[in-house]
Amino acid sequence: MKYFGLIWKNVWRKKVRTSLTILSVLVAFLLFTLLSAIGYAFKGGQDAASAERLVTIDKVSLINLLPIAYKNRIASTPGVRAVTHATWFGGYYQNERNQFMQIPVDPHEYMSLYPELKMPQEQFDAWVKNRTGAVIGQELADQYDIEVGDRIPIQATIWTKADGGRSWEFDVEGIFSTDDPRGVTAYMMFHYDYFDEARAFGQGLVGWYIIGVEPGADSVQVSKAVDAQFANSPNETETTTEQAFSASFAKQLGNIAMIVTLILGAVFFTLLLVSGNTMSQSVRERISELAVLKTLGFEDRAVLGIVLSESILIMLIGGLLGLGFGWVLVQGIAKAVGAFLPGIYLSPQAMLVALGIMVGAGVLAGIFPAIKAMRLSIIDALARA
Amino acid sequence: MSEILAHLTGVSRTYQKGKERVEVLHNLDLEVPAGDFIAIMGPSGSGKTTLLNLMGGLDRPTSGKVQVGDAVLSSMSNSQLSHWRSTNVGFIFQFYNLLPVLSAQKNVELPLLLTNFNAKERARRAGIALDIVGLGDRAKHYPKELSGGQEQRVAIARAIVSDPTLLLCDEPTGDLDRETAVEILTLLQTLNREHGKTIIMVTHDAQAAEFANRIMICDKGTLEHQEAA
Amino acid sequence: MRTINQIIAVTWLSLSSLPRRFASSAVAVVGVAAVVLVFAAVLSMASGFERTMLSAGSDEVAIITRSGSTSEMVSGLSNEQALIVANAPGVLKNGDAPVTSAELYVIVDVKKKSNNLEANVPFRGIQTTGFDVRRNTTLVEGRMFDTGKNELIVGRAAQSEFMGLDLGETIKFGQREWQVVGVFEADGSVSESELWTDVRVLQDAYRRGNSFQSVRVKLESPESIEILKTNLEEDPRIDPDVLSEKEFYSSQAQGLSQFIKLIGYPLTVLMAIGAVFGALNSMYSSVSVRGKEIATLRALGFGPFPVLVSTVIESTLLALVGGVIGGTLAFLIFNGFQVSTLNTASFSQVVFDFAVTPDLLAQGLYAALIIGVLGGFFPAIRAARLPVAQALREL
Repeated sequence: MKYFGLIWKNVWRKKVRTSLTILSVLVAFLLFTLLSAIGYAFKGGQDAASAERLVTIDKVSLINLLPIAYKNRIASTPGVRAVTHATWFGGYYQNERNQFMQIPVDPHEYMSLYPELKMPQEQFDAWVKNRTGAVIGQELADQYDIEVGDRIPIQATIWTKADGGRSWEFDVEGIFSTDDPRGVTAYMMFHYDYFDEARAFGQGLVGWYIIGVEPGADSVQVSKAVDAQFANSPNETETTTEQAFSASFAKQLGNIAMIVTLILGAVFFTLLLVSGNTMSQSVRERISELAVLKTLGFEDRAVLGIVLSESILIMLIGGLLGLGFGWVLVQGIAKAVGAFLPGIYLSPQAMLVALGIMVGAGVLAGIFPAIKAMRLSIIDALARA
Repeated sequence: MSEILAHLTGVSRTYQKGKERVEVLHNLDLEVPAGDFIAIMGPSGSGKTTLLNLMGGLDRPTSGKVQVGDAVLSSMSNSQLSHWRSTNVGFIFQFYNLLPVLSAQKNVELPLLLTNFNAKERARRAGIALDIVGLGDRAKHYPKELSGGQEQRVAIARAIVSDPTLLLCDEPTGDLDRETAVEILTLLQTLNREHGKTIIMVTHDAQAAEFANRIMICDKGTLEHQEAA
Repeated sequence: MRTINQIIAVTWLSLSSLPRRFASSAVAVVGVAAVVLVFAAVLSMASGFERTMLSAGSDEVAIITRSGSTSEMVSGLSNEQALIVANAPGVLKNGDAPVTSAELYVIVDVKKKSNNLEANVPFRGIQTTGFDVRRNTTLVEGRMFDTGKNELIVGRAAQSEFMGLDLGETIKFGQREWQVVGVFEADGSVSESELWTDVRVLQDAYRRGNSFQSVRVKLESPESIEILKTNLEEDPRIDPDVLSEKEFYSSQAQGLSQFIKLIGYPLTVLMAIGAVFGALNSMYSSVSVRGKEIATLRALGFGPFPVLVSTVIESTLLALVGGVIGGTLAFLIFNGFQVSTLNTASFSQVVFDFAVTPDLLAQGLYAALIIGVLGGFFPAIRAARLPVAQALREL
């Protein structure tokens, strides 16, 4: 790229102007990065949720509970490899603002249906042995500074205890995490047996079932088969893939994707104007220089290429810097609000898209000035000078 | 001085200026022997610059033929002309037209970017050109750090770096003081006499014209010969 | 006095030469307009949401839930407890009957008209006094549901947002069919996002036995909430949270609106920073184009200070124009735009309008002002310091 020296020098022709333009580009891509990472969280950890797990809820209303007796019937449905359950506990830690998900589960069954969750074996064993034991996700442990061995009280808002109290105490026996950067670990698990025995009402009722499908079986067929088991019963069920289930929540938040796109649209429109203006000024000031290049034998196309390259280079410098800062910020934000909005993540696809936009915007901002430079009449330009 | 380098036969150049058609050059004939140094003088608007542009392949005649060496410029495409210019002609302008963002050396290397020479080779050739014009020690300076005369020398170095046979100068000393002008004109003479460059120089200044071998007067689109002293 | 005259003269001169610098000035204006537009759009969501939530809140109505409940849904009150509340002091009486409504709601799936996807909608059971305990709530079409029947009435907002809720239509939840017999309005408040039926029928349909989630009472006066509160809290048979409806909705609104603000304000700050760079760029370019003009003025005897001030004024004016454009666009496009989203506190949909309030527009203009001043400051200094002799030489 022997022309790079010339292009670089041209770009820095007016240092202040170029710096300010680059800073504008930086801000635009920083915004893109942040919004893209937050938008990813709103997809509800969809990608992490396996399409091979199914979720069964009460058909009428998600908040209705299902009988635990259903478990065996689900297990016997063809295509079902394994089944377990979970229930929304809905408590808070320390004060009402600290609400995160707590679920009573069967430890062995749940962990085997969620192989992506990792926990040291001794922690898991300790949990299994302790009826009032609980394990929490890494994100929660970080957010609230909880360690193995702590005894934490969770205030129940729904599930009062049989003895009348509402404070459930748990021993933190382990911390689980996942390798998948998109995976969510902002929740707590404890023993279903303890839950069922100590709760004041609702014995034998669970919130939802999680089903592992036989390898090779058709998820849709299995879902239908499960629901068929309970059709026309007092508690009809609705079974969908875990992925679809998470997606339905995110969709309820409204079209977040559209709002983000609109905002980014406004931002990039402005950016194109700023850079376009910079490039136009830059070409206007250099008419005679560009004419001289042509007299030296540079072809029209070469001049077009030089101007376009300058525009793209500005976008790349600002964009990569913005992407870089954005990446750093995303790590920080994800840690800070991970318990509240889990799944903030800058995907490789988003980075590729950003790169594409940098090049595309560079071309768009520079194309008119570049064409003007290309079409320059040498004689007119030099006569003007 | 036997062989003819440039032939212009029956060359006319007409421009459309609004509703009027202005004929700048009228049925002009010119033969430039290789190694000659010609000064072209004449009043403003006489077509001298247009003549220069035609000989350098920057413009095409409305009618007639322009040939330099083996190249028939008047029938070449823009892209062919660009290519021809890069190795066959060097331009020197009144206002130097150096790129302010590049150092002297990098300015001189510019035409070489169009060749296949690697960076080292480009630097070497630029160095030689700068030495010829006597600015070897100013290679890293930027145009704004150089005097008018020095800038013109850099422009000349740029014009000769790809070793063209023809040098076209448009008022090369127009913006310089007397003393500096003499230096530049002497340099041009050296390039002509010692390096065999064919030079065509348009100028207002009679004293500058003295440095050439021959003087021609361009008036109302035609040329008249006049022998120099 | 001389200085003021100079400032006015120089400013006038620079503004009248704006058309020459149209392109780069336009860029600054658009940049600021974009910032204000996005700011107003995003925050009007928060303000619209808050308005919807808060307009439901009266301080003449109290809501009683089980203590510690973060929302009605997680609360539970027995029939006995509901009666205790109804008969407590401080409760307004209509003759002998207390004006109270013991209520309970579930979440049902209804398809949104906008994307044909199912969403959670609150289906609430009320007592016949349900309208009396609410401010500004009236039946506008059809009739009230008959007690004991599978009939329901829909809130205006819910009807416009979700499918299948027109008068006379029948909608099926689970095994039961319900007929839509009426439409009610509640001043655009959150109640309009709900479906209402007889609480006894709802309890039966969803097997809630004889339990409720909340009791709404009309107070004798706003102050009587204290009497009510003390009385209920001291009663060992009940463990309540007693809040005025206003306080109740305010705490419910917090979650989502805080979240929107948490995203909205930093987003705006970032965009504003970008706009400042854009404005700086434009102003530097403006100063360099005006260079000869400024130099001439200086040579004629105008001081550097008026030049500086005129540059800042130009920048600020451009930014304000941008701010007005952005604010106007935001108002025209977004004000009154209806949208529905998941209220994280109640776990069901709430329908609300974007509200581009005067306060928001003022904040936007204020931001534009700051951008304008910041964007003009450094270029102004450069303008003032322009070496006169050099600039004149370049003439």
